[in-house]
Amino acid sequence: MFNYTIRRLALAVPTLLFISLIIFLVVTLAPSDPTANLPLSIPSEVRQQIREALGLGEPVHIRYLLWLEQFFWNEPRHLLEEAFGWNLGAGDEPRILSWQTRSPVVDLILERLPQTLWVVGSAYVVGVLIALPIGIISAYRQYSWFDQLGTFISMIGFSVPTFFTGVLLIVIFSVKLGWFPSIYDTTHKVTDFSSFMFQVRQMVMPVSVLALYNAAQISRFMRASMLDNLNQDYVRTARAKGLTERVVVLIHVLRNSLIPVVTVIALGVPTVFGGAIITEQVFKVNGLGQLLIIAIQGGDVPTVQTLTFIFAVLIVLFNLIADILYGILDPRIRYD
Amino acid sequence: MFDASAAPLVEVHGLKMYFPIHAGLFRRKVGEVKAVDNISFTIHEGETLGLVGESGCGKSTAGRAILRLYDITDGVVRIDGQDISDARGEALRRMRPKMQMVFQDPQASLNPRMTVAGIIGEPLDEHARLSRRERLERIYELMDAVGLNRNFANRYPHEFSGGQRQRIGIARALALNPKFIVCDEPIAALDVSIQAQVVNLLEDLQERFGLTYLFISHDLSMVRHIANRVAVMYLGKIVELGPRDALYSEPLHPYTQALLSAVPEPDPDHEARRQRIILTGDVPSPSNPPKGCNFCTRCPRVMPVCREEEPDFREVAPGRFVACHLFTEETDKKTAGQAATEASEQVQQGE
Repeated sequence: MFNYTIRRLALAVPTLLFISLIIFLVVTLAPSDPTANLPLSIPSEVRQQIREALGLGEPVHIRYLLWLEQFFWNEPRHLLEEAFGWNLGAGDEPRILSWQTRSPVVDLILERLPQTLWVVGSAYVVGVLIALPIGIISAYRQYSWFDQLGTFISMIGFSVPTFFTGVLLIVIFSVKLGWFPSIYDTTHKVTDFSSFMFQVRQMVMPVSVLALYNAAQISRFMRASMLDNLNQDYVRTARAKGLTERVVVLIHVLRNSLIPVVTVIALGVPTVFGGAIITEQVFKVNGLGQLLIIAIQGGDVPTVQTLTFIFAVLIVLFNLIADILYGILDPRIRYD
Repeated sequence: MFDASAAPLVEVHGLKMYFPIHAGLFRRKVGEVKAVDNISFTIHEGETLGLVGESGCGKSTAGRAILRLYDITDGVVRIDGQDISDARGEALRRMRPKMQMVFQDPQASLNPRMTVAGIIGEPLDEHARLSRRERLERIYELMDAVGLNRNFANRYPHEFSGGQRQRIGIARALALNPKFIVCDEPIAALDVSIQAQVVNLLEDLQERFGLTYLFISHDLSMVRHIANRVAVMYLGKIVELGPRDALYSEPLHPYTQALLSAVPEPDPDHEARRQRIILTGDVPSPSNPPKGCNFCTRCPRVMPVCREEEPDFREVAPGRFVACHLFTEETDKKTAGQAATEASEQVQQGE
């Protein structure tokens, strides 16, 4: 297993380099102009100077290599220096700067990450916690009213987009009932119980919108996987052994059914970091999704490039984690 | 061996197992599959009853229904004097140690995520109070009994061959000292070379532990080897039941005759000259069985009465039961007897 992990990590390096090149080319070759959002009164020579100041005068391959150097060499040293107070000589090295704000992209990401993790992350956790019992009970009582209801809700979660459910919740609970704030206040700090309650209240709606969406998918997976296993011969064996129904379902069926579900859950984790672009827009959560959208609109190549590449790293990493989990959970699978 | 005076360990009377067919928008019940339709037999202690029939005739369903792995539709099942036909939940669970099952597919019937020790030991946790050491000792004992190396206790089922997996399945079934074991085609999924090993193991265990078997199989020669008495099933019903030697040498029911004539002869000369009874047509659907005798659509000796009335399952000679109109009336009995002798002569030629 250890050798397998090392080999997979080594293989991930060329994969990620290739992905970074593709992302760079796509973003760079796209017909966008970082000065397009500036006032029309600025003459074109000045615009040209601005572009050259941003480094756009260099040929494409030089720009790519510069980005690589900054991302893989300068930025990690900067992070280490800031985190531990060491001096690695990175103080004066150029960092990846956002074209829009002129601040380092990594700092922007670190600023936005907590909001995204709080809202999208807890939505994912809540979604999983709801989905597993629904999937299990739906499968165990297949075609019962509970199963029909669960299927119906899943279909709603699947098919109704978050920008609709989000706005619907705002109309009902913020406008009509006034229970929850419609705008997520990012500057809010939790200091005492009442501010904690406010934080909970402002999280309720975005979290439930996203949780419904996540739960819809995972509960279907859980149900399908349980149904697969419930009809297996070894379940009949377990019943013939005279085990209690609880042991049969929770030990024999559930443990085997969780194998594919756990990997699906692991593969979904990178999307948490990617933020929920639309939901963050609806509730004005300025997380990573919103950062990405604004950067795309402003033609901010370094930010888009860096964010997208971090998502790519996370996806490759969690694919590996899913594979390793599979090996741990299923004794039939051996990596060597 | 077969002893008519001893009280039967297993009594099955009028067992019916119907599965509902749901269809339509509201999944309303539109019919039922009569997988097992009114079967009755007894098995005495220490005896092996072979249950044979073609695929889909309800053999396995019968075996599972007798062990109450299904909720039976109707009938009485009594094991060791206890009526288990209506037992449910906890009460049924407490009766499980007495009756066990060896399943057909040794790969699928073992939980892939449990070690051998876990699989064999799990019933002990549930039904016996043993210390850790006693439990392990018992697991080793069972592994020895079925001829598995003790060192394999911590391995997973997929690390074994088919024959070894079936040994695990047998050890698991033996864990609680059952009296009655249903062997549901235990050798069908195994190589021919391994089949003999497993059948011999089952016979050894029967002798050592005084087990009673219901041996379900479509392998007629294997049933002839292991069973004391044989029941033949067709479309959910037992058509003939009798002592092994009598049934194989002189089959009474036309279906049994056809079934036995399908067994190939080892001698190619005989095989070439042998007259087989070829049945035409397909087995009718168990959701819509024919009127009268179930076999009337394919029977080579069909009579008008067969399409009207269902034949009774009756004793025509001591210990020999058959459900066929050929044997219901005295006049027919004679001709049927002749027919049976003719047919059995054909079958016996190979011996």
